[in-house]
Amino acid sequence: MFPELTGFLFPNDIHIHWSLMIVMYPYITGLVAGSFLVSSFYHVFGRQEFKPLARLALATSLCFLTVATFPLLNHLGHPERGVNIVITPNFSSAMAGFGILYATYFIIVLLEIWFVFRVDIIRRAAESRGIPRFLYSVAALGVYDTSEEAVQIDERITRVLAAIGIPMACLLHGYVGFLFGALKSNPWWSTPLMPIIFLFSAMVSGMALLMVLYQIGAKVKGLPINRDSISALARWLWLFMIVSLTLEVLEIMTLAYERAEEWEVIGYLLTHQLSISFISIQMVVGGLIPFILLMLLVLMDRYLDDRVRNTLAFVSSSLLLLQVLSMRWNVVIGGQLFSKSMRGFRETYVPGMFEKEGVLAAVIILAIPFILLTVFERILPTMRGDGGGEVAARS
Amino acid sequence: MKDRSKEHGAPPQGAAIESRRDFLRKSGAAVGSALSFGAIGLILPDELEGVTTTDYDWTKHRWIYLIDTYKCIGCGSCVRACRAENEVPEEMFRTWIERYQILAGGEAHVDSPHGGEFGFPPVAEEHHKTKSYFVPKMCNHCEQTPCTQVCPVGASYSTRDGAVLVDPQRCIGCGYCVQACPYGSRFINPRTHTADKCTWCYHRLTKGLKTACVEICPVNARIIGDMKDPDDPVHEILATKRVQALQPQLLTKPQCLYIGLDTEVR
Repeated sequence: MFPELTGFLFPNDIHIHWSLMIVMYPYITGLVAGSFLVSSFYHVFGRQEFKPLARLALATSLCFLTVATFPLLNHLGHPERGVNIVITPNFSSAMAGFGILYATYFIIVLLEIWFVFRVDIIRRAAESRGIPRFLYSVAALGVYDTSEEAVQIDERITRVLAAIGIPMACLLHGYVGFLFGALKSNPWWSTPLMPIIFLFSAMVSGMALLMVLYQIGAKVKGLPINRDSISALARWLWLFMIVSLTLEVLEIMTLAYERAEEWEVIGYLLTHQLSISFISIQMVVGGLIPFILLMLLVLMDRYLDDRVRNTLAFVSSSLLLLQVLSMRWNVVIGGQLFSKSMRGFRETYVPGMFEKEGVLAAVIILAIPFILLTVFERILPTMRGDGGGEVAARS
Repeated sequence: MKDRSKEHGAPPQGAAIESRRDFLRKSGAAVGSALSFGAIGLILPDELEGVTTTDYDWTKHRWIYLIDTYKCIGCGSCVRACRAENEVPEEMFRTWIERYQILAGGEAHVDSPHGGEFGFPPVAEEHHKTKSYFVPKMCNHCEQTPCTQVCPVGASYSTRDGAVLVDPQRCIGCGYCVQACPYGSRFINPRTHTADKCTWCYHRLTKGLKTACVEICPVNARIIGDMKDPDDPVHEILATKRVQALQPQLLTKPQCLYIGLDTEVR
């Protein structure tokens, strides 16, 4: 099917080479980075109100990290050569850093998870029988010291790992923004703000995801929802979404105010092709509405009933998850809806349902981390330590 | 195929030429068939004797490409020749032609129906035009090219003689170079799933031949020259004509330069 075109496009520019998969990739790494940083609020900065979320945040980060490469591999013309990015990188390419960043970050997250869950692994090894016992013993790596002194060492190491993890998470995701921001060929991408916008939206998406996961998890497991955790997470989420949205608007404002050459194209793009996904979803439904809901929550926190607070937090978080997804879409797809001739546009891009990089593939890739998370929850509890220690922070 | 040299040469000796009219008719047919051969399929380098790549030294050449927009008539031969020579897939273009019509008031109307491959239709709307011209486009083989810079595996590279090429055996098909090219010269080949672009017909250049587009152009609007060859006519053109690169503000240093470029052209 031939796409509908307006104006003059370079003949090779009518194709969307970066499809839905490249929308999913920064979305997923954003969730990885954002949820990791939430766990660091507790592990590094000692914010006790995040303690009930810290393990869940780490596990979430790992589960999403596991699938982070899937959309990329599905996108590549030659996925069998994908490993060449790691083994024979061309270091002048921003993309070449991916292997190093991804691998380092993966190791840090795995190590941190081991130290955080070590006591639970040992307890499970002792309590189980047969094959599970064997597997837990292997996971314990032959160390069965759960003395207070050993646990303290664990905590200290965890703090160091989490501290290293913060810049790593920022790099992992800032790098994704850099991939777009450092291309002078595309005026919609080329801005030094891009990595920063990506970072803040990553924080927003990670926090929003945890808000949703925590509430669903607590409901499923019949655990009480910690009021302080919800309040604190909502406060931080509000702050980060304000910064994130401000940056997103600021970028547009600057372009518009400068009346730079590229504004002719981008102004048209935002009000035509992206009018729904940018103005309606990214700015209003996913931006303004959660901003108001969270403002209500934050300003009226002490007067709110728990159920109202939880509902406000849940709804605004869900909307923010949508907002960040639409932001990724608007960046990645929006940047390909106009020609580099700066004279023409492709009217729409609708990914197919069943094509290789279509909607179904995206849904499956996005579903995998949630399945992994339930598996993780069965192996090692994230919401509550076996000793019940993790809900101790309940107010 | 073997007889092609005869077509180019003089009629066989001893051929009876009955009349002047007959001679003209015969030679006209010979020229016509040679032209149509050229239009359908170019002479393949492998078919020419003594043309090999074994003696090609890439340190002894430095290629530069010139496009004279005053000369281009928009016939589309170059686009067709390129497609035939390089098996460029449908809907993708290693080279294309743009038509600019500057309307009264300064507004430009640009079109390139199917890359100008089959020429251009007459203009439907009645505009008062101040000027109009054709601009052939292709890979600029930039010296400071963003496309090779961003290739994560080094599959895109610059040769010593100035061409920017893609190694389809190494390309992973990520499409980053396609995004990085400001000129829209690259695409992902739907057959090979790798990045594809103009190679300056490197397989021909290294055998001492010109590119398919230069070879076919009926008005010499396209010129490829060797900067390291002091006798190459390109030196005189560069010394006497005013040339301009596309989007020079991007500092990609194109090695494909235009004669008579107008401000409307990006």
